[in-house]
Amino acid sequence: MKILVPVKRVVDYNVKVRVKADQSDVDLANVKMDINPFCDIAVEEAVRLKEQGVATEIVVVSIGEAKAEEQIRRAMAIGADRGILITTEAPASSLTVAKLLKAIVAEEEPGLVILGKQSIDTDNNQTGQMLGALTGMPQGTFASKVEVADNKVNVTREIDGGLQTVGLTLPAIVTTDLRLNEPRYVKLPDIMKAKRKPLDKKTPADYGVEEKRSVTTLNVAPPAEREAGITVSSVEELVEKLKNEAKVLS
Amino acid sequence: MSILVIAEHNNSELAPVTRNVVAAAQQIGGDIHVLVAGKSTDSVAEEAAKITGVTKVLNSVADHYEHALAENLSNLVASVASDYGHVLAAATTTGKNFMPRVAALMDVEQVSEIIAVESADTFKRPIYAGNAIATVQSADPIKVLTVRGTAFEPAGLDGSASIESLAAQEDAGISEFVGEELAVSDRPELTAAGVVVSGGRGMQNGDNFELLYKVADKLGAAVGASRAAVDEGFVPNDMQVGQTGKIVAPELYIAVGISGQIQHLAGMKDSKVIVAINKDEEAPIFQVADYGLVADLFEALPELEKAL
Ligand SMILES: Cc1cc2nc3c(=O)[nH]c(=O)nc-3n(C[C@H](O)[C@H](O)[C@H](O)COP(=O)(O)OP(=O)(O)OC[C@H]3O[C@@H](n4cnc5c(N)ncnc54)[C@H](O)[C@@H]3O)c2cc1C
Repeated sequence: MKILVPVKRVVDYNVKVRVKADQSDVDLANVKMDINPFCDIAVEEAVRLKEQGVATEIVVVSIGEAKAEEQIRRAMAIGADRGILITTEAPASSLTVAKLLKAIVAEEEPGLVILGKQSIDTDNNQTGQMLGALTGMPQGTFASKVEVADNKVNVTREIDGGLQTVGLTLPAIVTTDLRLNEPRYVKLPDIMKAKRKPLDKKTPADYGVEEKRSVTTLNVAPPAEREAGITVSSVEELVEKLKNEAKVLS
Repeated sequence: MSILVIAEHNNSELAPVTRNVVAAAQQIGGDIHVLVAGKSTDSVAEEAAKITGVTKVLNSVADHYEHALAENLSNLVASVASDYGHVLAAATTTGKNFMPRVAALMDVEQVSEIIAVESADTFKRPIYAGNAIATVQSADPIKVLTVRGTAFEPAGLDGSASIESLAAQEDAGISEFVGEELAVSDRPELTAAGVVVSGGRGMQNGDNFELLYKVADKLGAAVGASRAAVDEGFVPNDMQVGQTGKIVAPELYIAVGISGQIQHLAGMKDSKVIVAINKDEEAPIFQVADYGLVADLFEALPELEKAL
């Protein structure tokens, strides 16, 4: 079985981004970029399935700027076999990404598509589900456990009330939650080897997909600042303040 | 154009967050219909009919709607969506699961987790773990939106909508419910609680959470956790607060042994009053706390329990 893993280049999760002075967007100049943490987990899961003999080939795809090749190479260093890089003029919407992935699914015919549940920049949480609708594939979102057996995959999902397990007919889509696995560290020799793995470079036009956006950003503002608080010196003082000043305790 | 709100429920009761979503729909303006899909959901439909501002409830009953499987629910919603200008659901794990499928089936983009309605086509939503708030405008003919419940006051309960049944779509037959492990707790639900007490890695183990439960029970509070506390196995995943967990905005949030990384702050910094108890005075949680107590939690928590 082939596994397709889409990965996204995003701001490093340790960076606290700031809004540009003209409030047109966040300022990403000279900010450290990395693979989206959930995509990293998706790559790791695919590689583990290959190590277990469930998967035979892992294809990783990234859609975005040309520099996303770094994230594809990283996925290859972990164990992906080959890559597809689709460069877009501007960051693509989740729907456009899903349409491009649909075209790749038609070409590659993977048994599983494993994606991150959300990217930590737009926090959209849409692409995997949209790909499901466009291809007619079932989905197991927010996965904390994935078990493939006979033409089926059981996915344990992290839901608001606890955990839910769904059984899906293959081919299927899985989106990862944080506890699915802990991605391994990338080793230097593997990075060197990854440089020689095959990478196809494409554009949306190659797949007949038009880059369009129906949702436009009018403004990006910093969140409301909280007023500076105070330090209390004891539990007693804390309770007194909560009762008499904040009036949240009676 | 009318607005369609997809109800969240457990087949016997309507989830309160549905009323917050209706409140967002009221701000958009227009006739509001609520779709209830499930297995024997008559009582849920009756509850939905009482929400202020709702004029019609569509009740679609079928065995394969019992567990809100995304494949089936999205097909059902898409079968009626073109009659509406807006389709809304809560940004819960249920809404996040099926709504993007609805959007893709209608060939429109989704605006995720809105926190404000500026006009019928313009909304605010947090990005970058809440470090920025984007104002976005949708040109799509149908606006598919998920709504952050805590950002809207729940709609009232003095409505009397009509209830109609809506024909179910066929079972897509590609997914099935296998099982679930739901947390049982007598404490209030995290996202709806007036007071939330959360513990982090500083709690050291699951047994020590007893100290928090005791304080929580004196306050009638819900108990949450940081991701680190969940990852370490102290508590189950449904207690995680943050960018990728639950979003809470109670009157009072007490963070205990939590450092305050941005991903955690994303889930609680809209709380009205924030208290932090941490032994490290440099911990970033103190930057958002209204009241900070630099102390060892193993001393502070028993004292706090006594003082309440
Ligand atoms: C993609 C992604 C998504 C994430 N999503 C979330 C999310 O939704 N929610 C979330 O919480 N995290 C999330 N995280 C993790 C986040 O980055 C932090 O790792 C996590 O919040 C840290 O949890 P913590 O504060 O409990 O632990 P730590 O950062 O280890 O802090 C423990 C704190 O306890 C204090 N302490 C220790 N002992 C005591 C004591 N005896 N008395 C008092 N204080 C004590 C310490 O001083 C320290 O400040 C995410 C991370 C990633 C990469």
